Amino acid sequence: MNQEKPLRRRPWAAGLVIFLGLALSGGGYAAATQAVKTEEVSTADQISEGRNLFLANCASCHGTNGEGAIGGPSLIGVGAASVDFQVGTGRMPGQASGPQLFKKPLQFTQEQISAMAAYVASLAPGPAIPADEYLAGNGDPTHGGELFRINCAMCHNAVGAGGALTQGKFAPNLNGVEAKHVYEAMVTGPQNMPVFNDSNLTPEDKADIITYLKYVDDNQSVGGFELGAIGPVAEGLFTWVFGFGFIIAITVWLGAKSN
Amino acid sequence: MSTATEAKSGGFLSGTANYLDERTSIAVAVKTFGRKIFPDHWSFMLGEVALYSFVVLVLSGTFLTFFFQPSMAEVHYDGSYAPLKGAEMSIAYASSLDISFDIRGGLIMRQVHHWAALLFVSAAGLHMMRVFFTGAFRKPRELNWIVGFVLFILGMAAGFSGYSLPDDLLSGNGLRIIDGMVKGIPFIGTAISSGLFGGEFPGTEIVARLYSVHIMIVPALIILFIGLHLMMVVIHKHTHYSGPGKRDDNVVGYPLAPVYVAKAGGFFFLVFGVIMAIAATFTINPIWNYGPYDPSPVSAGTQPDWYIGWLDGALRLAPSNLDVNIGEYTIPMGVMLPLIVSLVFLAAVAAYPFIENWVTQDKREHHVLDRPRNAPTRTAIGAAGATFYAVLWAGASTDLIAINFQVSLNSVLTTMQILLIIGPIIAYWVTKRACLSLQRKDREIALHGRETGRVVRLPHGEYIEVHEPVDEYELWKLVDFKDYQPTMVRPNKNGKITFGTRIRAAVSKIYFEDRIAPVSKTEFELAHHEHAPAIEEKPAAKPKAKRKPKAIAK
Ligand code: HEC
Ligand code: HEC
Ligand code: HEM
Repeated sequence: MNQEKPLRRRPWAAGLVIFLGLALSGGGYAAATQAVKTEEVSTADQISEGRNLFLANCASCHGTNGEGAIGGPSLIGVGAASVDFQVGTGRMPGQASGPQLFKKPLQFTQEQISAMAAYVASLAPGPAIPADEYLAGNGDPTHGGELFRINCAMCHNAVGAGGALTQGKFAPNLNGVEAKHVYEAMVTGPQNMPVFNDSNLTPEDKADIITYLKYVDDNQSVGGFELGAIGPVAEGLFTWVFGFGFIIAITVWLGAKSN
Repeated sequence: MSTATEAKSGGFLSGTANYLDERTSIAVAVKTFGRKIFPDHWSFMLGEVALYSFVVLVLSGTFLTFFFQPSMAEVHYDGSYAPLKGAEMSIAYASSLDISFDIRGGLIMRQVHHWAALLFVSAAGLHMMRVFFTGAFRKPRELNWIVGFVLFILGMAAGFSGYSLPDDLLSGNGLRIIDGMVKGIPFIGTAISSGLFGGEFPGTEIVARLYSVHIMIVPALIILFIGLHLMMVVIHKHTHYSGPGKRDDNVVGYPLAPVYVAKAGGFFFLVFGVIMAIAATFTINPIWNYGPYDPSPVSAGTQPDWYIGWLDGALRLAPSNLDVNIGEYTIPMGVMLPLIVSLVFLAAVAAYPFIENWVTQDKREHHVLDRPRNAPTRTAIGAAGATFYAVLWAGASTDLIAINFQVSLNSVLTTMQILLIIGPIIAYWVTKRACLSLQRKDREIALHGRETGRVVRLPHGEYIEVHEPVDEYELWKLVDFKDYQPTMVRPNKNGKITFGTRIRAAVSKIYFEDRIAPVSKTEFELAHHEHAPAIEEKPAAKPKAKRKPKAIAK
């Protein structure tokens, strides 16, 4: 699959890569996607496979029927989207850690993830895995950019470079996050992120946001190297360290010439 | 070089020169300036870097004025940056985007302008530190220190007003913070804010007003003050580091013309080249990323340019629970405390030459610079001030530190608050001790020479390490500095001991209680006598390469 950690971590160089990635993984879960969209359609087989996987990997924290336990919250009603996001980005199965669960290398194939998603969705209705039409990145980037600045930039930064929250929590960098996961993050609100349900941001709005993020991902910075896109602090440090390193070297050289 | 031009005499050049001279007596000016002496040391060129960056700023800024439109009227963007097509924005922002995307050479000029601005202020800051740590601000240069200080403030003002012009989200957030601070001033804040913004923030006026400030008022003042500054440098002559023949009543170096002028010209192009190279490879302030200003969104990682950072840091580090209520008014200490602290800090910087002079009561002129170690208390105070500034500065990036080092934002803040108080104290103490030890080492070297690691056995069996005496240039550096002693509390001519005298005596004690006296002539001779056999063991130290003669101006 395309989801090896080092690749996912790296900013995608071009849209082509994302596109290929989507196409590749798409093959694996196309059927499942359609299945969970209307939850009744998921086959009994898939659900029972999902239940088995769940019992083996997740029940210790989330309870044998997903009702929640000491280690983790109840999953009843969180929906397929939440499972697909949490397991698909490597956050689940959780690992006890600091203030916020980190992403880890993926532990399941998309097929297995879809099965668990189908199982959790069968417990109670919840947000479904988004339809492909919203994920293609062909919406309106201007509108998406505006929505992003209003709804997301305060945590994720205007170009999604990420930002700090209180007590060691943080909003991650959104560079190279799959469109599907962006959508799912919005509908499920993982950890400290708020939920943006469909009355808040319509599916079209979400598609626009995805389009904007895709644009930011795909397009090289026009003005040269970006210094991490974290703004004036990086620029200031650069001035002092490199700009001045250079200038002082020159002054020393000029001063030494005459002595 | 001058001979080359003379050789062409009778030509067009000398004709023009004559014409000009007969009408303006310009030759007198050229001669006086041309004969000015400028010593060579890398640290003396930092002021020049600031000057040249300023020239680059003026050049690139002039280009930008042709295309920038300082209006806050709303338009729908119709340029070539796709993710903003059709977005509603101010003309100011739209024209900045046009400069970046649709005007040939516009983006590089924007980047040159901004990088040059960062370099300008940092060069001025470093230059100021050089002047501070070498004691170049002492009599007769106190006023020039004040002029330089004003230049530094003007540099920040130029930067901030420019940063706010494009009317993007980041600059708007910056203005919003200023608005908040101004409104936080008790009683008059709200009135000042609505005066500034022409009504409720953000209004429709502020960009045009800042534009006048940024392209007229501040640059004119900077030019005026640079003029004053350089005039004073010429009048006072430049300082120099100690060395043989370098005294408080002369300057040793090259004459300005032709050597220095040629060199300075070359240096200008080097600085220009560095700025161009940076601007061509690294993007700065990518305003298109931030989007048009709109008062509702605020982006994570919103920071000002570096030279405003320390003020932002002061705001962030101020505890938020100290507000004072007077009747129905609230005095927001979260705003007032940073304001007061930063103003006091700036005042202390501006006043330092006068403070030190009040302590030393030294009425002499000083043209020979101090090595920082030879003024331990001043150096320590400087280190403490720099630490204070640096912590405030780092305070402006608490969020970035937290996310990049994966630590809690709250603990970063608390750590910084503690550091702000104890950091300067530690810096003071460590620096002072370090200076004193270095002085002790210098004394040792001056008296007994450098250790060579070569051990010889004397005829009577004693083992002794050969010490190599330092050459004259080196020696001068080691022994030539002024020695102050704590002032005594003495009654004044009315027979009274004033409160001021007492304070001065106390401060003077802090300054000069711990001190290492420079090596005196007798000590020196005595030491050399003792070591005579060992030193003579080694054939006289290598004669130092002949130095090129330099001009000496009186
Ligand atoms: C070590 C314990 C642990 C294990 C094992 C674990 N989880 Fe979790 N899980 C958690 C915790 C803790 C949270 C809550 C995270 C938070 O919001 O802070 C969570 C949250 C979730 C959520 C989000 C719930 C919501 O409110 O949207 C989903 C979905 C989820 N887990 C699915 C799984 C699946 C599927 C597995 C098995 C592959 C799994 N988890 C294994 C501890 C665990
Ligand atoms: C209150 C702050 C906050 C806001 C507002 C917010 N997020 Fe998040 N976001 C977070 C946090 C915190 C996480 C990390 C959650 C986790 O690790 O479980 C996150 C995670 C994400 C992820 C997953 C990234 C990854 O690496 O897998 C995406 C995608 C995302 N957010 C998109 C959005 C979008 C789009 C919006 C606006 C519609 C938004 N967020 C608004 C705080 C926020
Ligand atoms: C803002 C732009 C500034 C410019 C363009 C500038 C320029 C210069 C130049 C070219 C010199 C002579 C060369 C040198 O010693 O570097 C000089 C000297 C000096 N400057 Fe500045 N300067 C600036 C800011 C400052 C500041 C902020 C201070 C201190 C508060 C300051 C204080 C001095 C003093 C005291 C001298 C005399 C130094 C000596 O003779 O050793 N200047 N300046």
